[in-house]
This record gives sequence, C-alpha cells and structure tokens, in this order.
Amino acid sequence: MSLPTEIKIEKPSKERTGTPLLEINNLKQYYPIKKGIFSKTVGHVKAVDGLSLQIYPGETLGLVGESGCGKSTTGRAIVQLEKPSEGEIIFDGKNISNFTNREMRSIRTELQIIFQDPYSSLNPRKRIGDLLSEPLLFHKLATPSEAKKKVEDMLEIVGLPKSYRNRYPHEFSGGQRQRIGIARALILNPKLIVCDEPVSALDVSIQAQVLNLLKDLQNEFNLTYLFIGHGLGAVKYISDRIAVMYLGNIVEIAKTEEMFKNPKHPYTLALLNAYPVPNPHLRGRQRIVLEGDVPSPANPPKGCKFHTRCPIAQSKCREEVPVLTGVHHSVACHFPIN
Amino acid sequence: MEEYLLKVDKVQTVFKTGKGEITSVEEVSFQLKPGQTIGIVGESGCGKSVTSLSIMRLLGKHGYVKNGSILFNGKDLAKISEAEMREIRGNEISMIFQEPMTSLNPVFTIGNQMMEGIRLHMKLGKKEARNYAIEMLNSVGIPRSEAIMNEFPHALSGGMRQRVMIAMALSCRPRLLIADEPTTALDVTIQAQILELMKKLRSQSNTAIILITHDLGVVAEMVDKIIVMYAGQVVEEADVFTLFDNPKHPYTKGLIGSIPHIETHQEDRLISIPGAVPSLQNMPTGCRFHTRCEFATERCLQEQPNLIQLDETGEHKVRCWLAEEEAYVSRENKEVFV
Repeated sequence: MSLPTEIKIEKPSKERTGTPLLEINNLKQYYPIKKGIFSKTVGHVKAVDGLSLQIYPGETLGLVGESGCGKSTTGRAIVQLEKPSEGEIIFDGKNISNFTNREMRSIRTELQIIFQDPYSSLNPRKRIGDLLSEPLLFHKLATPSEAKKKVEDMLEIVGLPKSYRNRYPHEFSGGQRQRIGIARALILNPKLIVCDEPVSALDVSIQAQVLNLLKDLQNEFNLTYLFIGHGLGAVKYISDRIAVMYLGNIVEIAKTEEMFKNPKHPYTLALLNAYPVPNPHLRGRQRIVLEGDVPSPANPPKGCKFHTRCPIAQSKCREEVPVLTGVHHSVACHFPIN
Repeated sequence: MEEYLLKVDKVQTVFKTGKGEITSVEEVSFQLKPGQTIGIVGESGCGKSVTSLSIMRLLGKHGYVKNGSILFNGKDLAKISEAEMREIRGNEISMIFQEPMTSLNPVFTIGNQMMEGIRLHMKLGKKEARNYAIEMLNSVGIPRSEAIMNEFPHALSGGMRQRVMIAMALSCRPRLLIADEPTTALDVTIQAQILELMKKLRSQSNTAIILITHDLGVVAEMVDKIIVMYAGQVVEEADVFTLFDNPKHPYTKGLIGSIPHIETHQEDRLISIPGAVPSLQNMPTGCRFHTRCEFATERCLQEQPNLIQLDETGEHKVRCWLAEEEAYVSRENKEVFV
C-alpha cells in the first residue's frame, strides 16, 4: 500500500481554492514545569506537540477534543497571544510566528479572536462604546466621530440596539456579552476569526442565536473561522471541515459530512458515540464508552498517545507514533476503522 | 396503584431580599415512584436548582418554602424540624452537585469526607466505615481506591471527583438521589462514563433520581418523565417519548429545535428563541413566556394560563393558552362525532 507522503498540498474541494489563508507547520507549545528553590526545569507540559493544519479562505474549520487536548492553546498561538515554542504560523503568506509585538500590530487588524467566557473577556470598567471603538482608534483607522458611527453600525449588525453603547458590561446577559465580543472582533474587518468555544458558556436557546449570528456574519463579510468547541453538535452545525485533537496532536481531519458518516480514528468514533442524542428512541443503541481519563500532557504515553484508552490497541500502537496520512480524509492511526 | 416516594405539591419558594420577597419557584408539582427517574430541564434562572434545593431544604438563611408541601415517605419535608431533616439529608435523600471542583472540601482527604456521612448515618465504627468507603469507591469504578482514600480532592481529575461525589451520595443507599447538572462540567467521554454508571447503580438499587440539566440529550438518554420549567413555573410535563415526539408548549419546541445535534444538516437553520429569560423582579404579566413567544396572542398578554391535562391519563400537562384551545377544539369535535 502506498500512501501519499505529501498531504499538505492537496486542495480538492471547491471551497478550498488557492493558497491557504493560514498554515501551521509543526507547531509546538511547551510549558516548563519548575520545581525546587532554584526553579529548576524538571519537564515540560506538551500542550501542543507538532501540529500542522491549513485553513482556506472562506471556510470554517472546526477543532474538537476534550479539555486539555490543546485546542485553545492552538487558537491562542495563532493570534500570537502566546509565542510558540517551535514551528511556523504562516498567515496570508507571512510567517508571523517570529514577529515582534510591533510587527504583530499590523496583522491584528486581520486576525481576531472571540473568547469563551463572555463574563471575563470584557473590561468591566469600560462602556461598550469605548470597548468597541478602542481597536479602531488604536490602529488609527477612524477618527473618534467616525468610530462612534462605526460602533453603532456594528452593534446593529450583531443585533443590539445602538443606545447600548453607553452601558457597562455588567448590564448585559451572557448572550448579549458574547454578541459584544463578536462585534469587537468584527469591527476591524478581519479576515480570520478564531472562535474559542464562543457558545459553551451560554444557555441552549442563546447558543442557537449566537451560532446563527456567526453563520450570517460569515456569509455577509466573507469571513474565515477557526471554530474551537467541545460540543460536537455545534461544531458540526458551523464547520465545513473538522479536525479532531487528542493530547496536542490532530488525530483526524476531514470534511464534516465525511467525518460524521465515516469516522476512521477510534477516538473520533468514541467521541461521536459519547455525544448524547436528544432522541429517546435511540437509547438502546450500541455505544463505545471510553475508559479512564485523558493522560497528563506532562507525561504522554509512548507510541500512539491514544493507546491507553483505545479499544482496539495492539502492540504496534504502544511503540510507533502514527503519522497523519490520507488525502481528503487524513487520519493518524495504525489501524483505522473502515 | 404504586405508592409515590415523593410528592411535590404546589410548592412556592421565596427568597427574602432588601426589596421584599422574591418568588423563585411557583406552583411546582410532581410525583416520583421508587426507581423512577424524572428530568427537570430549562435554562439557567428558571428555578430548576431552587426546586431541588427546596426538597433538600438547603435554601440558606433567606429562602424558604412559603406554600405547598413536599411529601417524602409521608413526611412533609417543608414542615419537619431541622433535626429530623438532618436524619434524612444525606441518608435517605442525597444530592450530587454540578461542580465537582468545588463541592468537595479541599482541606480534608477523600477518605475523611467519605467516612463522615457513613459513620453518622450508618453508625459504623472507624475501621468498618473505612472498608465500606473503599467498597463504595470500587463500585463507582475508581482505580487504586485505597490510595485515593488518603488523597486530597485537588489530586483528582474532574471525572474522578464526580465519581467520588456519586460514591458519597450513594453510600447510605438513599431512596432518592438528586443530581443537579451532574455532567455539565465534564467532557463528553467522561459524561458518557458517568451516565452509564448512574444507570447501572439505578438498576441495582432501585433508587429514584431527579436529574436536573439543561442538556436535552442527557435527558433523552436517562429519564422516564420530563418537567420543562420556565421562569419558575412548570410549562410542560410528559413522559420522555411524548415530550420529544409531540411537544406542545412553544418553549419546549424551541428548546428541542435549538440544539444542534449530530443529525442536524448544515443547511438547516437552528430555531432560536429570541431574547432571554425575564428576571424574577419584573415578571411579565399573563403567560410568562409571551415576551419570547412567536404565537403570543392578546390573551397571553393578559391572563396567566393554567397547567392543564391534555390526555385522559393526565400524564401530559402543558401551560399554554394555544394548547388549551387546541385541546378544547378537538374535544368538541369528538363530541360532535359521538
């Protein structure tokens, strides 16, 4: 069996045309563990361990995985909130991974992030109008009076009344705050928005409002999203392609429909199985329930990192690290499911 | 007819505040047989947790049950003395809380916390209690249970802590278990483990369960009967199959439609319920849902609907003028044909 070795160049589908907007090559993010009175480094937490992926203009890539698998770290590394330990991040043809803070400023207008927790990501001492106009004024993209107009327009786009710009964050509910978070990311007219679990802190009926809003905005402004989430339903609803992460690596990446119809990695299958379906008639279905917890990223297992919980692990899995292979549907597993 | 274990009848729970009393839960009624599982669903702030805390009498200094009765085994929990309540709490009725991270005391070992309730209610000696606690930890699938007994909560992962909570809650063989969002803080794979565990324990010991959650998927997997709450009131009650197949209240329909699940197609739009739950201080007049309901009529704005029975068995109840009128019309038609 000959597998293509170069999996990064393929762009078969109609959405994925041209060069990727964002390309991550072998991203590593290690955090030192320090011990003792001299703070000696005794090891590393390998939050992200050699991750590569591409995001094409206009698409939404969903990134799923359990907590602690490194999905948020990846998102934060893309917007350079943290300097990666190793690897390149190429955004729009420029390698931004070694940009200085000053150089990053010019990129930040094109690369924005929406945070998970709408309660802690807005400064409680600032009015909404000031929060939203700050990026415009900082980047000298508008005069104060233009900024005011733009803020009002933006509030309307995300479905809030204009008059709200004089209010403080504590006066808003979670869903409204998340709308403000979205407005803040959108006001600079970015190309790529990293959405770091934007709906998981919200109630179900509000989640639907925010997901619909994100979808509408994407069509209207031709945005590209990296959508990080652990709710598979939400990720499926919004994404064109999905990448599944486990302990700092991508284990499977495919188009959404394909991933759900034909999961190849046992972990993906288990995730799909574990998701409770809101249909009581499906109660008796066969389910794979994974045993145990995610191993610590400070001391990941040898070989395939999933072998400790994998129902079909064999001796090869304990020794050899599987590589992400496949053209349209890539999977990192020695014994993929057919 | 089988005896009811718990009979909650028109309970109204109020909290004293500086600005007078605030009603948090109004006229909540339901019955539970031994071994049955009932699910209470709704958005945050709808009174699900307060209902369960009313049963446990854990309302704090300012809250109390103003009207109605909570009959457990023939005793009215709203009236009995605190000493009697202490006998029941943790013994015959126990509770699992949402946050496994904060519901264990961080300064005592797991063993210490496990043994406290066992020694108090089961009147066992130190050694026996210890052995019994180890046995309980084993039964919920905790590896190295003897070593875990001497660990502090911070050393355990979220899933493990929730297992400890379950072991603790089940240690006195309660007849009623209240689980308040037991899996909300956990990952899907861990959630599947905990749900499987709860099912197993339910079938072994015939414990009745009140499961409080906002995740309709979890409800569909676990419960026999569902209560949907909105703004402190029960808006719909039915067995799990009827509720999912034939929801009557617009709020229930909205909730079911707003969850993106695995079978949702990307082209479909999620149904979203506009707006947010009204605050307790300024409840709308008439039907409490009319501010967010797309079918609201003049009558909904003025008069409050009652919880009416839709079928002869009285299993399916709904609080909505539209459903009431519909039911009335169909009954009229039937009479004409007869």
